[in-house]
Amino acid sequence: MGRPARHLLTALVAGAALFMLSDSVNAFTDDKLASVGLFAIALAGLTLLTGLAGQLSLGHGALMAVGAYTTALLLEHTRAPVAVAILAAVCVTAAAGAIVGLAAARLRGPYLAGATLALAVALPDVANQYPHLLGADQGIVVNPLRPPGWLGPGFAPERWLAWVSLAVALAVMVLLANLATGRLGRSWKAVRDDEVAAALAGLAVARIQVTAFVVSAACAGLAGALLALAVGQVGSGGFPLSLSLSLLVGIVLGGLGSLAGAVWGAVVLVYLNEVATSAATHLGLSATTAPNLALVFYGAVLIVVMMAFPTGVQGWMRRLAALVARAARPDRPPGAPAR
Amino acid sequence: MGQRSRHWLAAASLVGAFGLALSACGPSAGPAGGPGGKTAGTAGITAATITIGTHQPLTGVAAPGYDEIAPASNALFEDVNAHGGVHGRKIRYLIDDDAYNPAQTKAVVDKLVLQDHVFAIFNGLGTPTHVAVEPFLNANRVPDLFVSSGCDCWNDPSKYPYTSGYSTDYTVEGKVEGKYVTDHFAGQKVGYLAQSDEFGQDGVMGLDQSIPQSAVVSRQSYDVTDPTADVGPQMQALQSAGAQVVVLYAIPAFVAHALQAAAKVGYHPHFVVSSVGASNPANLSKLLGGHSLLDGLVTDDYLPSVSDSGDPWIKLFKQVSDRYLPNAAFDANVEYGMAVAYTFVRLMDQAGQNPTSDSVVKALQTADLSGPGLAPFGYSATSTQGYTGVQMGTITKGSLVLSGPVFTSTDNGPVKSSKPLSVAPPGNL
Repeated sequence: MGRPARHLLTALVAGAALFMLSDSVNAFTDDKLASVGLFAIALAGLTLLTGLAGQLSLGHGALMAVGAYTTALLLEHTRAPVAVAILAAVCVTAAAGAIVGLAAARLRGPYLAGATLALAVALPDVANQYPHLLGADQGIVVNPLRPPGWLGPGFAPERWLAWVSLAVALAVMVLLANLATGRLGRSWKAVRDDEVAAALAGLAVARIQVTAFVVSAACAGLAGALLALAVGQVGSGGFPLSLSLSLLVGIVLGGLGSLAGAVWGAVVLVYLNEVATSAATHLGLSATTAPNLALVFYGAVLIVVMMAFPTGVQGWMRRLAALVARAARPDRPPGAPAR
Repeated sequence: MGQRSRHWLAAASLVGAFGLALSACGPSAGPAGGPGGKTAGTAGITAATITIGTHQPLTGVAAPGYDEIAPASNALFEDVNAHGGVHGRKIRYLIDDDAYNPAQTKAVVDKLVLQDHVFAIFNGLGTPTHVAVEPFLNANRVPDLFVSSGCDCWNDPSKYPYTSGYSTDYTVEGKVEGKYVTDHFAGQKVGYLAQSDEFGQDGVMGLDQSIPQSAVVSRQSYDVTDPTADVGPQMQALQSAGAQVVVLYAIPAFVAHALQAAAKVGYHPHFVVSSVGASNPANLSKLLGGHSLLDGLVTDDYLPSVSDSGDPWIKLFKQVSDRYLPNAAFDANVEYGMAVAYTFVRLMDQAGQNPTSDSVVKALQTADLSGPGLAPFGYSATSTQGYTGVQMGTITKGSLVLSGPVFTSTDNGPVKSSKPLSVAPPGNL
């Protein structure tokens, strides 16, 4: 079986499992699943950029804003179907990514971090400069995604959103997995490991880096479009610097460079804060103190994971699997201790 | 590890990760596919409790000051619970942090409605934040009571029947302040400094209805989301335009900036400030390191001043604060939290023994919600406007002293004056 077929099969298996899960949980969990799906898309794009192509972006929150605003504007001013608005968001954000990527390909290390950081800080503020078109902080209201008629009148919109978000996420995962294991992915890795060597081997380093930015931005735009539909409003307050930084935290905690790690990262982003807040509340702290302690907890988890599992959740899973595999292997070398 | 096994591991992780997402939220409570308990519209109501929730900025830039409101409401609920609750039910108040970020507002309100099954969302704070959840709450028929913002967007009962406002809307307030300016500073040149968002723009819309265009010599604005915003140049522009009266539609931090910037260049106009910016002078004094710049500043409010220690409501709220919030300072935010909580208790009291979301929304149209408020509420079959007016006041020695009649209006109607309401609080809450 070829790799693309295997990726597709993996996605189908995961899709079937997710379908059964989403169908058996309450509306709130469906809502969370939708968030996990959309963050998985954004993180997958970012983890390819950072983990595979070796470029840092602190500005992916701003690219999500581009996708979200594109969707919101199209749905508000035109009669475009939702799918078209989402596709348009992907295209517009990919174009924005190309522009950012052109600049990024000329920058290295802290300069690249600084430039993308500026993007995260400045871009959402554009909405405040054009309050009549972009609605400033009050934003543009996006009508929630309505389930199609054939699902029946009582079908929960949260479940439909979860289905859309997860289906799109799986499709993106398959595409990105194929890219990452194919020629382009190998070029990204080559450029990441040694630009000079890659150039000597005949790779167009700058072009390959821009491609990585475009693919990654398209993912961020897609996630932004889904976020607009999930939140129901797109305003300048929805894309703070902390969003960009939390995306970075997500890929690192999940396991840099791995798509499965991006999924772990999305789960962590969606649930860690809530788990932390409820833990703080169970400690008997007041409702106003608990969320502050949650931030401390969040930071502590980040530090502990970085010290103990620098390869993130996915690296840890791999080690676990390797241990299991070794224990189960019948042809262990003579004299090796049985586990 | 071989290529093949790694792929299977990836697949397993993918499914496992999503599985974790599910286990993290525990057993699924309630029926799949929407909120609702036994009967439609009675989620959050049991024989012994009413559970309600809110979204508030408890962390982040909007938290200082505003994070006092929900605990103050909760203190009043605790006092009511200690006296037997409402129709024998204790009020459980779930307070969730949204950091003033609409995406987080949506997430916490989803949790409150879909997982905690609250009866109502009460006093959710902020315009951009609450706009994100208004359609969702109405689609799910969850009462969305007493939104903590003066946007006129909460008064749209044909589209959003479950939503109701609370604070006097900024346009109405602007009309009243504008009337004060034309009455008290006739013939003087007027300048504006307004926040460039809905709050500031709605305020200016109201001011322009009362102040003749010929009197306005300068219109300045600033962007509240810009962390480096400095209103010094705007104050100098107002000074060079010769504005003798400056109306500020700004949050407290920028009111303080503006007062300091003006004082620095020796500019001393009459300041008229929206209640958002100045009705809590204790906070402003803290920001300014003293109250010398505040004296003589004109502002307004729809609740009695906290420094009016003779007011029976202030006495009552101070007692509740001393008992349930022993470590908190008693200021206008605490008073506000208790006043809005009292309004909720009054409403639930009149919504009957077996409230549903529809019966509560219906009761709001006719209920007698009189309490600490100085102006009447605008709730009716065709309006979900909160307080319809304000009383003007002046800051004297760091305290707000309200005086004169209460002026009321609607977004497009005339400004009318009436006597401030004065209702004695009940002996027991």
